[in-house]
Amino acid sequence: MRRLWLPNYTYVYTMTHIRTEQSAAMRFSALALARNAASFHENWPQLWRSPTPQSRYDVIIVGGGGHGLATAYYLAKEHGISKVAVIERGWLGGGNTGRNTTVVRSNYFYPESAHFYDFALRLYEGLSRELGFNVMLSQRGMLTIGHSAHHLELLARWVNALQLNGVDGELLNADQVREWLPLLNNSAAARYPLRGGLLQRRGGIARHDAVAWGYARAADALGVDVIQNCEVLGFIRDGERIVGVETTQGQLRAPKIALAVAGHSSVLAAKAGFRLPVTSYALQAFVTEPVKPVLSCVALSMATGVYLSQSDKGELVVGGGLDLYPSYAQRGNLPTLQGVVAGLLELFPCFSRLRLLRQWAGIVDVVHDSTPIIDKAPVSGIYLNCGWGTGGFKAIPGGGFVFAHLLATDRPHKLAEGFTLKRFASGALIDEAAAAGISH
Amino acid sequence: MLRIPCPWCGPRDEPEFRWGGEVPLVRPGPPQAVTESAWAEYLFMRDNPKGLVRERWLHTLGCRQWFIVVRNTATHEIQATSALGDPLPEIRP
Ligand SMILES: Cc1cc2nc3c(=O)[nH]c(=O)nc-3n(C[C@H](O)[C@H](O)[C@H](O)COP(=O)(O)OP(=O)(O)OC[C@H]3O[C@@H](n4cnc5c(N)ncnc54)[C@H](O)[C@@H]3O)c2cc1C
Ligand SMILES: [Zn+2]
Repeated sequence: MRRLWLPNYTYVYTMTHIRTEQSAAMRFSALALARNAASFHENWPQLWRSPTPQSRYDVIIVGGGGHGLATAYYLAKEHGISKVAVIERGWLGGGNTGRNTTVVRSNYFYPESAHFYDFALRLYEGLSRELGFNVMLSQRGMLTIGHSAHHLELLARWVNALQLNGVDGELLNADQVREWLPLLNNSAAARYPLRGGLLQRRGGIARHDAVAWGYARAADALGVDVIQNCEVLGFIRDGERIVGVETTQGQLRAPKIALAVAGHSSVLAAKAGFRLPVTSYALQAFVTEPVKPVLSCVALSMATGVYLSQSDKGELVVGGGLDLYPSYAQRGNLPTLQGVVAGLLELFPCFSRLRLLRQWAGIVDVVHDSTPIIDKAPVSGIYLNCGWGTGGFKAIPGGGFVFAHLLATDRPHKLAEGFTLKRFASGALIDEAAAAGISH
Repeated sequence: MLRIPCPWCGPRDEPEFRWGGEVPLVRPGPPQAVTESAWAEYLFMRDNPKGLVRERWLHTLGCRQWFIVVRNTATHEIQATSALGDPLPEIRP
């Protein structure tokens, strides 16, 4: 109705009509924005199709989180393999990707992880352009706060590793940290006194949904079928080989089945008859009511494991450690919430009046060395992308890239050669958990 | 918040306890006869089921005894607990 008074109504109508028919490949632009403003933004095309599953694909990717969708995109874009389906039980990004606190950084310790995560961060730096979708990367700096002499030693060791690995990072003294974080408890009586910090200026945050949606749209435009509300219930076997999946929308077959299901990796592995070195835990996050800008970077405290950033809306986005026992209940428990809030208020007493608006949890896939698994499964036909634990959002472009390489060539990508299952038998663990001295 | 019925102290809140892993978990041996993959199975590979699981818990801030809990990881319902020396409780589906 509102359109009626538009002088060029017929024109607008015809244009938008054509646009909804054509594929979702249309790129966002100032021109498209202006055109759609003229029709009150009611006629933007769907970002991706909702195809009926075909019975055969070259690759079936299980899990429509960031890793599954990025894998599909790079399979099509880098390897020309586009007869690909991404199968998601719920909605895209409804798992950990849409539940995470969106910190991106590459300040890892060991060469294998540093090179891989820095590659992922470099892909993030070009991602909005690559996908034609604004992922709102904000490299506002990631500041790890040290509270004791021991922390300072750890930070110095860590920054040395960063520099040897060619990753940016600098040590800050207490005064410099104070400039970055004026609200941090700075009193002589502070339980966690401020001693110094490690800053990665290229670290920051990005918009989680946009990362999932951007990859989905770009993969769809290259011919990938993105199928939501479709749960994988089991596998189809031919002798020893897995040749397809049983789903709530019927049987789909492919010579290669790629699992990117995060906290549900063990559940699907059990259906295929193998076990993984994965334990599933709830990881929680909280958001306060919005306030004016009070925090310019991402801050993480080494003593409490609490970290926070401020969203564009003004909310403080707060996270901490894992819940204390394995769980598939996607809600999180009170004692961990209390612990994180207590830590937050020791660091920033002035936040004590803020109310928490929302709290939620995701089920994360924790492995002993906090290093991912990008490898073939012990059962042939299945490929694994898991073990991201509490920190796989920052990895999404890289994880998708190296997993696509493995699926297309049957050989590990150079950056993921150490991310094997056999490291758990050989002992070649890449123990980031102990090395980085932080929970994320 | 879990409320865990310790076989010795009765029901207590979750922060008094520490989770101690899936059972049964039997250490392979003798060491010189154990293959790398058998060590990996023992040290790292887990069922990690979605649903009922038997696991060991420690009442850290109470009697400091280890005991067995049958717990549903999808709902957090606790189905049974038993003392360590007793036969492992059955999982009732
Ligand atoms: C609270 C919280 C905070 C976090 N903060 C950060 C952070 O600041 N920085 C960071 O780098 N990382 C963070 N992470 C970790 C990060 O979110 C994950 O590592 C990452 O999103 C994993 O992506 P994924 O695609 O592997 O998994 P997911 O996004 O979980 O996708 C897996 C998908 O598989 C689907 N699935 C499962 N089983 C089936 C089935 N049988 N059939 C079909 N589909 C199935 C699920 O529905 C899900 O959508 C955080 C996680 C949480 C929970
Ligand atoms: Zn007790």
